[in-house]
Amino acid sequence: MIISIASGKGGTGKTTVAVNLALSLDSVQFLDCDVEEPNAHLFLKPLIKDTARTCVSVPEIDHSKCTYCGECRQVCAYNAIAVLPGKEDKGGSVLVFPHLCHGCGACSMLCPQGAIREVNKEIGTIESGQAGKVLFVHGRLDVGEAMSPPLIRQVKKYTDPSRTVIIDAPPGTSCPVITAVKDSDFCVLVTEPTPFGLNDLALAVEMLRKLEIPFGVVINRCDIGDGKVEEYCGREGIRILMKIPFSREIAAAYSEGIPMVSMEALYKEKFTGLYLDICKVRDGTDSNS
Amino acid sequence: MEQIVILSGKGGTGKTVISAALAALAPNKVMVDCDVDAADLHLLLHPQVRERREFRSGVTAVIDEKLCVKCRKCILACRFGAISDDFKVKDVSCEGCGLCGHICPYGAVRMEENLSGEWFISETRYGPFVHARLGVAQENSGKLVAKIKEAAKEIAEARSLDYMIVDGPPGIGCPVIASLSGADKALIVTEPTLSGLHDAQRVAEAAGHFKVPVCLVINKYDLNQAMTEKIGSFCKERGIPLIGRIAFDKAVVEALVAGKTVIEVPPSQAADEIMKIWQRLK
Repeated sequence: MIISIASGKGGTGKTTVAVNLALSLDSVQFLDCDVEEPNAHLFLKPLIKDTARTCVSVPEIDHSKCTYCGECRQVCAYNAIAVLPGKEDKGGSVLVFPHLCHGCGACSMLCPQGAIREVNKEIGTIESGQAGKVLFVHGRLDVGEAMSPPLIRQVKKYTDPSRTVIIDAPPGTSCPVITAVKDSDFCVLVTEPTPFGLNDLALAVEMLRKLEIPFGVVINRCDIGDGKVEEYCGREGIRILMKIPFSREIAAAYSEGIPMVSMEALYKEKFTGLYLDICKVRDGTDSNS
Repeated sequence: MEQIVILSGKGGTGKTVISAALAALAPNKVMVDCDVDAADLHLLLHPQVRERREFRSGVTAVIDEKLCVKCRKCILACRFGAISDDFKVKDVSCEGCGLCGHICPYGAVRMEENLSGEWFISETRYGPFVHARLGVAQENSGKLVAKIKEAAKEIAEARSLDYMIVDGPPGIGCPVIASLSGADKALIVTEPTLSGLHDAQRVAEAAGHFKVPVCLVINKYDLNQAMTEKIGSFCKERGIPLIGRIAFDKAVVEALVAGKTVIEVPPSQAADEIMKIWQRLK
């Protein structure tokens, strides 16, 4: 089963839930798909065994074949190619803007002269290894790179279907999150009981309904703020899977990279319970779902 | 006009709470919420929407069943796995490149424009506010950010404003890069945790990459004094001015629940510190 952990709002506790859930189960693989700001390694402290650079394909122009016809510029939906036709006294030129390229391959496939080939451009690193019993993979987007989805897709290729796969997703509701949570069997939405938490939870719920992924909610720092998140979940028939109270001890341990489950045996039981509840809600055997 | 963008790398460190407080403190400014896929600043600024505009961006492929002969050319060519075996386009996967349309021998694919979101020009008790709502599961958040910043800049010029204050998105990717573009200064809000430090380092590097000078504040600094010191030495090493440390303060959540900025509720430590931060920032 693939379980992704997401939230509209950042900083609600996605990584906390993902890490502690992973540490409470047997036979787990952990994929940190928050490639802009990966944090799970700070808690799981994996021994990295493999490091691989990740690339996207971008066009390279063979100027000896190019006739500056402009077809590539026409077909590029992302304005990643500019063509300046030649004049009598001098040749033309083609400019490629790799940061805008989505790697769709239209230019190389449709160039009438066969003057475009695709070359690799590095965008980030994937590191994989082991943290105790947990198989660990994360992606790190290079600073200055705009597009994280291609790297997230690469991280997800490491998925080991023989294990329970936990995906730590980035915040938000747009392309990086969708790329991370797509194809999950279940998604846990982590929120906090504040107006910000509620507003962004509702957006995340809308996203998961559109993607048709079953989900439930974890309310973190459940004793701060107000009761509107719970009211909302009640109204929408959304299962609240777990509530984590605010505690200075948990916050202090978090700040040092210490997972909750290594503080107290009780927490491990709670997270094992969370997993069992997820299975029930997913299988539809839960009366409250 | 000075453009100040509030960033954090890690989400939930207090960008929006601080942006809202700056809305209450800074004179002659336009506010912009660039966290377009999880926008929250409007919950504290309570905008009166004056203008509402559609954000159209990109296209999605649609296959005409009547013309399709199921030759599979489109399925084989699509790099995004966006066409299913029964020749339906999965619109959350389609990136709108149009390759399928170009190569379909039967002209069975047409590209339809996406309505990706909406953006608004509003008035608030603190002056003009430009904000947006990206449709759920939509792309091009960077383009929407660029669009609303452009609109805010026009307002700032037309009304001769002194500041444009931008509440930025988390992360370091496309919408963050768009938020940094044209900024005079970035204020990084972080927290004294390993994740906070790690992510602040990456976003500081990103700002440096685009040559935007940064300064930093530590929110909830008293939750871990040792980590606060670590962040302090990181700032010193990189020559980043550390312009404030805000203590963990219940007044922040109370103000939030009341839909107010921390400046508007009874005096608190957090409000005092943010006032000092504004003096050092401007």
